[in-house]
Amino acid sequence: MIYFDKVTKEYDNGVKVLEDVSLTVNKGELVSIVGHSGAGKTTLIKLLLAEEDPTEGTVSFHSDNISTLRGKDMTNYRRKVGVVFQDFRLIPNKTAYENVAFAMEAAGRHDDEIKEDVPHVLDLVDLKSKFNHFPHQLSGGEQQRVAIARAIINRPEIIIADEPTGNLDPLNTYDIVQILKKINDLGTTVILTTHNKGIVDNLGRRVITMENGKIIRDQKTGKFSM
Amino acid sequence: MKSTLARRIVAAGFKGFYRNRTVSLSSIFILTVTLSIITSFYFFRAVFDYTLDQVRQKVDVKIYFTTDATDDQISDIQSKLLGLPQVKSVVYTTKEQALADFKDRHGGDQLTIQALDELGNNPFGASLSVLAKDPSQYEAIAQQVSSDSGLLKESQSAIDKINYYQLKDSIDKLNSIIGWTNTVGFWLSVIFILMSCMIVYNTIRLAIFVYRDEIAVMKLVGASNWYIRGPFLVEAMLYGLVATILTLIMFYPATMWLTKKTVFFFEGMNIHTYYTEHFFALFGLLLLSGVLLAVISSLFAVRKYLKI
Repeated sequence: MIYFDKVTKEYDNGVKVLEDVSLTVNKGELVSIVGHSGAGKTTLIKLLLAEEDPTEGTVSFHSDNISTLRGKDMTNYRRKVGVVFQDFRLIPNKTAYENVAFAMEAAGRHDDEIKEDVPHVLDLVDLKSKFNHFPHQLSGGEQQRVAIARAIINRPEIIIADEPTGNLDPLNTYDIVQILKKINDLGTTVILTTHNKGIVDNLGRRVITMENGKIIRDQKTGKFSM
Repeated sequence: MKSTLARRIVAAGFKGFYRNRTVSLSSIFILTVTLSIITSFYFFRAVFDYTLDQVRQKVDVKIYFTTDATDDQISDIQSKLLGLPQVKSVVYTTKEQALADFKDRHGGDQLTIQALDELGNNPFGASLSVLAKDPSQYEAIAQQVSSDSGLLKESQSAIDKINYYQLKDSIDKLNSIIGWTNTVGFWLSVIFILMSCMIVYNTIRLAIFVYRDEIAVMKLVGASNWYIRGPFLVEAMLYGLVATILTLIMFYPATMWLTKKTVFFFEGMNIHTYYTEHFFALFGLLLLSGVLLAVISSLFAVRKYLKI
């Protein structure tokens, strides 16, 4: 489903943040990417989201080379990928409901579908009573749940979660991981970057360990070790 | 589908305008200041054109007739002059009127009036005042009138003198002032428009800079460029509309006050009447300027953040 083929990313100042990375993520997998700060995890995610282009090599989604996608093709690709960030990145002047509905509206979905699906998904992440709250009126954990609801509302093929629990307390961290696990159990591929040993050990799924822009370990059912 | 997206874009624009009140108010404030500058310039041009027009009307070419010129001859010349494309109007002053005007002007000068009475007959001839459509055309009119082969060759005997050549220096000066002010006016307009564009662009660029992260998130959740850009353009149109209305409201009492202060200074021009008479033209000009400035600024400002 996702293929990194000998990917290198070097910035204009000569700093090489990824070097000759090759990996495959299959449909339905839950993959944790771990590593110290500066190991290259976030760059890997940015390449997947097409926020950055690789200097060498290719990043593909199915058979499409992501860095060559433009315009409508790029928009369609992004609708197949749900994304969750460490800092939530909700739209501040939209309510929880509107933040989630935005992804559906942007995809051109019908009003009836939106009215049916958004409450359902917000209910799934246990935010039924906070539809009309703005992000600043929600706790960190609640904001992250809205972000997850927004990421899954268009039934994407893959969820990319970049340090989704980085700003959360242990209780909320547990909740978010359980939600991601549940999403994966329903068949959606999940790629998760984290520093959190507890999360990785608890999931007991595939773990890719990165160091200095390289993959140093790829374990099918790994534990956190650096 | 397209109408649904358009409806959503318009609704998002209105919501954004209302919810981001601080940003909206600051953008409207700057746009109102800019439109006020444009409006002031609009009035300045009107007053200037009006004053110049008044000066223009005071300059004319006068054809003086001999005392024995007949009414038929003068009427014939008057109609020939009116047929010239450069001529705006021709005013006929009879011999009797010329005498009466002279007496009015020298009413206090007993010696002159007495000398006139001793003459026993009217020494003044009739005259025609020729007003050109444009002061630069006086020379052409004077040539047609004075040359032997010109328009009035059959009536040359009735013409005593034509005063164009005495006025030539003044007319040339007026033409040069009009030409100079038109050039200065044009460049001032260009400078004002550029300044307005820069002020509004920078304000809206700063306003949109606040939303750069949101724009990036919208892109990442699969919104198309037009779906992201649309609400900002709707907001920009609202800024333009509100700023136009505010500017027009402000200028209503302002022109009333200005009229009281300047009605004698500007040769009787009533700025407030000018404002009410040109209300819809001004509304159109301001709306077009305000909306275009805001929309173009938004387009450029958002474009920068859509490149991911």
